[in-house]
Amino acid sequence: MAARVGVVTFPGSLDDHDAAAAVVAVGGEAVALWHEDDDLRGVDAVVLPGGFSYGDYLRCGAVAHLAPVMRAVARHAADGGTVLGICNGFQVLCEARLLPGALLRNERLRFVSRPVGLVVGRTDTPATAGYAEGARIVLPVKHGEGRYVADDATLDRLEAEDRIVLRYAPGENPNGSLRDVAGVCSEGRNVVGLMPHPEHAVDPVLAGGTDGRPLLAGVAGTLGTPAAAGTLSRSR
Amino acid sequence: MSAAPPPVAFPPDEALTPERAGELARELGLEDDELARIAATLGRTPSVSELGMYSVMWSEHCSYKSSRIHLRGLPTEGPQVLAGPGENAGVVDVGDGLAVTFKVESHNHPSAVEPVQGAATGVGGILRDILTMGARPIAVMDALRVGDPGGWTRPDGTVAPPVARQRHLLDGVVRGVGMYGNCVGVPNVGGETVLDDAYAENPLVNAYALGVLRHEELQRARAERPGDLAVLLGSATGRDGIGGASVLASATFEAGGEDKRPNVQIGDPFAEKLLIECCLELYARGLVAGIQDMGAAGIACATSELASAASMGMEVDLDRVHLRDATMASWEILCSESQERMLALVRPDRLEELLAVAARWQVPASVIGEVVEGATLRLRRRGDVVVAAPARSLADEGPLLDRPRARSAARDAVAAVDADAVDLAAEAAARAGGDVALLVARLLAAPALAAKDWVHAQYDDTVRGGTVLPPGAAGAGVVRLPGSRRAVAMSLVGNGRWCEVDPREGTRRVVAAAHRDVACTGARPLAATNCLNLGDPTRPDQMWELVEVVGGLGDACAALGTPVTGGNVSLYNATSGRPIPPTPVVGVVGVLADAADAVGRVLRASADPVAPDVLLLLGAPTAPGLAGSELRRLLDLPVGGVLAPVDADLERRLAGVLADAAAAGRLTSAGSVGRGGLAAALVRAAVAGGTGARVALPDVAGVPRDDARWAAQALFSEAPGRVLAGVPAADVDAVLAACAAADVPALRLGEVGGDAVVLGDVATLDLATTVDDHRGALARALGEDA
Repeated sequence: MAARVGVVTFPGSLDDHDAAAAVVAVGGEAVALWHEDDDLRGVDAVVLPGGFSYGDYLRCGAVAHLAPVMRAVARHAADGGTVLGICNGFQVLCEARLLPGALLRNERLRFVSRPVGLVVGRTDTPATAGYAEGARIVLPVKHGEGRYVADDATLDRLEAEDRIVLRYAPGENPNGSLRDVAGVCSEGRNVVGLMPHPEHAVDPVLAGGTDGRPLLAGVAGTLGTPAAAGTLSRSR
Repeated sequence: MSAAPPPVAFPPDEALTPERAGELARELGLEDDELARIAATLGRTPSVSELGMYSVMWSEHCSYKSSRIHLRGLPTEGPQVLAGPGENAGVVDVGDGLAVTFKVESHNHPSAVEPVQGAATGVGGILRDILTMGARPIAVMDALRVGDPGGWTRPDGTVAPPVARQRHLLDGVVRGVGMYGNCVGVPNVGGETVLDDAYAENPLVNAYALGVLRHEELQRARAERPGDLAVLLGSATGRDGIGGASVLASATFEAGGEDKRPNVQIGDPFAEKLLIECCLELYARGLVAGIQDMGAAGIACATSELASAASMGMEVDLDRVHLRDATMASWEILCSESQERMLALVRPDRLEELLAVAARWQVPASVIGEVVEGATLRLRRRGDVVVAAPARSLADEGPLLDRPRARSAARDAVAAVDADAVDLAAEAAARAGGDVALLVARLLAAPALAAKDWVHAQYDDTVRGGTVLPPGAAGAGVVRLPGSRRAVAMSLVGNGRWCEVDPREGTRRVVAAAHRDVACTGARPLAATNCLNLGDPTRPDQMWELVEVVGGLGDACAALGTPVTGGNVSLYNATSGRPIPPTPVVGVVGVLADAADAVGRVLRASADPVAPDVLLLLGAPTAPGLAGSELRRLLDLPVGGVLAPVDADLERRLAGVLADAAAAGRLTSAGSVGRGGLAAALVRAAVAGGTGARVALPDVAGVPRDDARWAAQALFSEAPGRVLAGVPAADVDAVLAACAAADVPALRLGEVGGDAVVLGDVATLDLATTVDDHRGALARALGEDA
């Protein structure tokens, strides 16, 4: 059944509009949530979109994770609700300690915006349920601070628990992320953060391809419906 | 001129004696006769604040005093034009009740002083011009010109020494454009990055933006209704950028430019993002009765232009301006160029609603004044009047100069160069051990001609979900309009080398190239904007160039049916008496009825090896065209010669054929043959598509194949009017028939496919090496691996 998916707008969110449009494109219902809201208006899933929340003049996400809406998001996550953080949203989830690790400046100290090849990990999360394990997909990345880091013990544990749900394909790591981490999930597997932008890969007319459709459809609960159908347009 | 207003009792820190006014006026860059006009208009000696306002409003940057009489000749009208020059940006109908507004503006001098902030605030400023028209910005582009950064392999195999200053400039302006555009959330869909020592001392940063609106959403920058309140929205006003318009943009640049750093504005893209969303919500709620952005000349400009446009006056209380520094003098508040500010007019009974929207977006807002009857702009500070001047005299009655101009005698020698006599075999013998293919490979892999992935990869090109063709995929960016199947294509093209050879014909050729880049996507060209980067107008030879450029722009835009809807002139691009080549940058906008029909330059790898896509050369037969060419520049041959002329009528017919073929799905790729000629066009398309191609080289008019000059022309001629098109084998006959019916010459050149780029018998380039050379060229030159 199609989920109601809340998309949070922080001051400085940029891809909120795109995330909402992508949810609709795969047959879900998008609900706008505002950073000052202290409840989630009964949504089934929450997307924290990309952008530069509050300008990100401090550490990325450091201000946003203190916004009133994030208390509600944390409760939703604790109750097992689906949360997807994309790019800045991933940074916010890490700052909020809903996901382990941190995202630092890219290794080359430059913003990077380009399509990257990715490998899908285990498919028992809402974000990966629409793919085959090990599938190669292409999604755009665009970030200045996307280098995933955590201590070795944490990384070992993430690997042991199959919580690295998306990795940069060999030779594709755009930012120096440790162990090619592009996305991770929470212990309960209901909270997923990733640096690539699936919401920019849902429309065959646009430049980003359509490899993001299954990811959004998984979050929107529309997998297997005609609206969610989309082919994996490219791989490399 | 209106009757002299009554005498004003200025406070002591504002009152001037005539002598002191004369000294101050000169310090501010006003000419003596300009001061006399100001005093005559006011009927008295101006105050300090008035002098400050006049100095910025009458500066070259704000008043266009050297160029205005010449710009009047430009074609500006057409059924598609909803608003033209004189507005903050031109507005063009694109069908379905939608319109786009677009403009390009220079930020050259600030970027030379402080590249990151100069480029960043260039992007911010042009976005506010678009926002002022009532539009949501949906795309930015930029035309960047710096000197050669070095670090690349020259045609003779030696490595050009790295140049730290140019690397600093290139790195800085790209970071600045990226920092601002990425954070404000508007996709960057193209533009150009030119590395040429002609700009080593005077880099050019031209920022472009395009926005979309419904026809009825058009906002006006007019203060029409007395009693409306003027609300300053956005960042606090500080000392940054004071006098930027007069001090930086209106004087030539000498060594030691760092001393001017405090005049450069600082950009805050987060504040801009909030300001954009706030203003769009205010428009949607019908709360705005008039609006003007504040960039150059700040409050002085916004208040005088709003009032003058409707022949009204305005009362402003400067004590109500939210400041970063309360000790600022009145003239500093007036002339501050602090970024991310707008001045909105609102009916008093809707003020509360406006303030609530601003608060929701965390945008500071202050009511600073009121629209009044009469034509006087009256500004107060601490209860005292500090400015009482006719608004029109500031905004619209600045000086108008017909500066002396003369064609330089040195141009005879330039015209006398036999630019078309390049013997590729002899050049290869001198530089590449006689290996022509090696020479060609080195030329095409030079950062000047190679792909600009290093630049594009630093810009967000997908945000707001409309980008159909991203940078590098076509000569023009293509963005689908929100809520519509329609898309707009936008190009941004300059070429100082063509214009150095012949400013008038060079400009015509630039306009034709911008037009063709749009046509290649399948879009129908509608209108043009421009940024004219030129030298010192007080020098007759450089003033002559300005007039030639404007003449060429007008000719070409009229002939191509793309009226000029707005633009910008940047003068004094000269350092130590040496000007840049005349560099008009032209942006053409076109429309596609269906975004799905958009065509890139990217060659389509063969789906069917038996019947691969066919490559056609459409348009003008190849004419000799090495004057002002990239080939001559890379070979260090003297600048000069005669430009093969643009055939505007053929360009229009060619555009029609391309639009029809794209709509019918008969075009898989199309790319303009321009800088670097056919060889560069083919390599760009092959690299972008990751596929090889094989072409026979075309005949060259007047140069037989056995002539030693033929190969250079066939590969590198930059003569106008040509497009390299990829067509499915099954559609070739239909496309050729359409060309014949439209009287557009067409030549079957070859086909797509294979693992090499085969340029006739002259050179065969290995595909994998070529892709790597191109995509990585700039990164490697800068010492960063791709």
